[in-house]
Amino acid sequence: MRQDKIISAILMAIAFTAILGLAVITIFIFKEGVPIILRLGGREFFFSSDWDPKAGHFGIRSMIIGSMMVTCGAMVIGISFSLGLAIVLTQFSPPGLTRVLKPVIELLAGIPSVVYGFVGVVTLVPLIQNHLGGPGLSVLAASIVLGIMVLPTVTSISVDALNAVPRPFWEGSIALGATRWQTVHMVMFKAARSGIVSAIILGMGRAVGETMAVIMVGGNTLAVPKSLLDPVRTLTANIALEMGYASGDHRQALFATGVTLFAFIMILNMIALTVSRRQARGTGAR
Amino acid sequence: MRLAPVAVERVAVTALWIMAAITVGLLFFIIAFILARGLPHISWEFLTESPAKMGREGGISPMIVASGLVASLAVLIAAPIGVATAVYLTEYTREGRATTTIRFGADCLAGIPSIIYGLFGFVFFAITLGLGLSVISGALTLALMVLPTIIRTSEEAIRAVPYAYREVSYGLGSTRWQMVTRVVLRSALPGIVTGIVLSLARAIEETAAVLLTAGSALRMPYSLFDSCRTLPLHFYLLAREGISMEKAYATAAVLVIAILAINFFAYWLMHRFIGKGGRHA
Amino acid sequence: MLKKTSCFLVLAGAVALAPFSVRCGRDSRRTVNVVGSTSIQPFAELLAQEYEKKNPGQKVDVQGGGSTAGLQAVHNGLAQIGMCSRALSPEEAKEFTPVTIARDGLAVVVNPANPVGGLTVEQIRGLFSGQTKNWTDVGGKDEPVRVITREEGSGTRDCFVHLAMGKEKISQEALVQESSGAVKELVKGNPGAIGYISLGLVSKELKALVVDGAVPTAENVLAGKYKLARPLLFVTRGSPNPKAQKFIDFVSLPESQKTLEAEGLIRAQ
Repeated sequence: MRQDKIISAILMAIAFTAILGLAVITIFIFKEGVPIILRLGGREFFFSSDWDPKAGHFGIRSMIIGSMMVTCGAMVIGISFSLGLAIVLTQFSPPGLTRVLKPVIELLAGIPSVVYGFVGVVTLVPLIQNHLGGPGLSVLAASIVLGIMVLPTVTSISVDALNAVPRPFWEGSIALGATRWQTVHMVMFKAARSGIVSAIILGMGRAVGETMAVIMVGGNTLAVPKSLLDPVRTLTANIALEMGYASGDHRQALFATGVTLFAFIMILNMIALTVSRRQARGTGAR
Repeated sequence: MRLAPVAVERVAVTALWIMAAITVGLLFFIIAFILARGLPHISWEFLTESPAKMGREGGISPMIVASGLVASLAVLIAAPIGVATAVYLTEYTREGRATTTIRFGADCLAGIPSIIYGLFGFVFFAITLGLGLSVISGALTLALMVLPTIIRTSEEAIRAVPYAYREVSYGLGSTRWQMVTRVVLRSALPGIVTGIVLSLARAIEETAAVLLTAGSALRMPYSLFDSCRTLPLHFYLLAREGISMEKAYATAAVLVIAILAINFFAYWLMHRFIGKGGRHA
Repeated sequence: MLKKTSCFLVLAGAVALAPFSVRCGRDSRRTVNVVGSTSIQPFAELLAQEYEKKNPGQKVDVQGGGSTAGLQAVHNGLAQIGMCSRALSPEEAKEFTPVTIARDGLAVVVNPANPVGGLTVEQIRGLFSGQTKNWTDVGGKDEPVRVITREEGSGTRDCFVHLAMGKEKISQEALVQESSGAVKELVKGNPGAIGYISLGLVSKELKALVVDGAVPTAENVLAGKYKLARPLLFVTRGSPNPKAQKFIDFVSLPESQKTLEAEGLIRAQ
């Protein structure tokens, strides 16, 4: 009994330290970043495209738009191909093939981002430059590279979600005369919705957070990208490029960019939580 | 004009198969691209020598050691703390607002970009604590980075253990600690280990945060306070500066093989445990 | 089982907490940290290796990050020597002590297929500020101008802006690359590209423009004819760290200067 109390105390101490440590990071980032947002005013920080640290101008609008465009592009590519692959793996492919492919795809989630970025620079960027125009370093290039990067993550979680749908859902639908495709988009996706949404949110988080690959294929220009073929700078690229030498207000502005990213991830997670809660309530209240 | 469902189905299914094939093909292409260009330049000397002339000649042994040191130190620090925290949160506390908030916080922290951890590590570990650009700065930063993920995955794995196991354990007269270690952790081990190993892979591939905290010195790190250069960073610098494309590809090949091996090991471990753990009383 | 686990937990806790109790003094460490300009980095690494060979037991670590990052690192105590590829600003000169270790030219490079061979500084300014949008305006082919620049903390960029841009700013639409190597790759691959790199890094896959009638060569930089030139500095702060000072002295020796010249730089004198 006493032994249990001692262990409980030790575990509590460790847990407390861990949580404290993580809280310190959160507080630190907000403490460094929020003052400058308040000082400049939300309008100038978020809605001005003028990022000129030397002159004291810290407007991150073009980076926000850049991050949004690149993430959306990545998710369009990532979601469509992942879901397609997930459906094929769970419903259409023979079990032997699935058993081999699923772990292989999860293995591929480990390829470093610098490798993706570099392969993108030497293969994709010249392709875009020569066949589609523009400098090649573009929103399109970044979206494609990021889309490919999130594929393994979104696919595995979607596969798990689809596999969790009870078999009678599929069989019942087919028995009622629906084609496989009808079953897929009318029954399976709806049933696995919560898991698929988590997959998408996780993928989105990964896409937003990616740094090295977008620095390599995005072009890092300060102008707001007006088309898919224009170069782009994301919020993460901005931090990475300027972190090493920033000081004073400039460094605080970079922390403020971190706060922006943090807030965005928090919103994403809240959406995920709400969706899963709603689905749980939906299926539970039968 | 409504299309016959059967026709739509045929088109849709074919389209899906094509998409699947493109997806898998692309992923394989990237690995093949790196390995084809990199493997020919890997040799025993490459793996055991130090770089010379900025990496144009020589090998990458300090980088391999650096990656190994920083990543494994990070996981060695984060794993016990993370698992202990997860155990505490699930077994020793009651579900309530506090635990929900902590869980949400951990999810958020697991999702924020790694560059933010780099930012924090640079200002806090390297400058404020005076640890400088060093292995220990990098390891501590990466430990903080993977901690939330380890906490969450361990927590999920522990919660997946059926409540009945715990009841039976108590029924047989165990203390809470015995129940936790001999029953819950044993069953949750595959999930926990997978989470830890995947965190290891993430720590190895991290580039920007490591550059800011561990630096990019070419030498072999002999002390925790030495600066060092990890494999992905070395690849990045070689490739970007155009110093030596062959060495760059070879470095990338080593990195990719290492990560694939670690992930493969994770899966083998998990399947081995599932095989054994399923039979545990 | 209990003993093992609790020992392990305590150990893990100790490992995690130990670093927080250490506050190592920079001067007690044997390594000299040299941080800063990516332009100087390759040359500094070369010299560092030679220095270590001739002085066994001494360790010199060279890292990149950019000129301003180097100054920041010295300011923060992360490094003893900062590499700076531009002249110090008046405020910086108050805090730091520079030593010129070499001189370098700044080459304005274009794609080899670009027929333009030389430009005036005003024309270069027009191109980089985004006012001149097509190469036909300066006597070239019909090709949109693609401006390539280094990142803001780069000494190469600061130097270029100071020497060539005057009051103009570099175009917002410029592609920003974080290393000279990346700039080179882009200029090589893009027929309308224009960028700037260290003279010592120019290779035959690029074309270095004649600026205001002066051909970009080491001799012309020494003679003062080619105006886009800059000092390469090793920067320290406060009272000189003896180990760092030894390395700086080594770099100023004639043999080291000869090594630098062989690599494409210009000697400090």
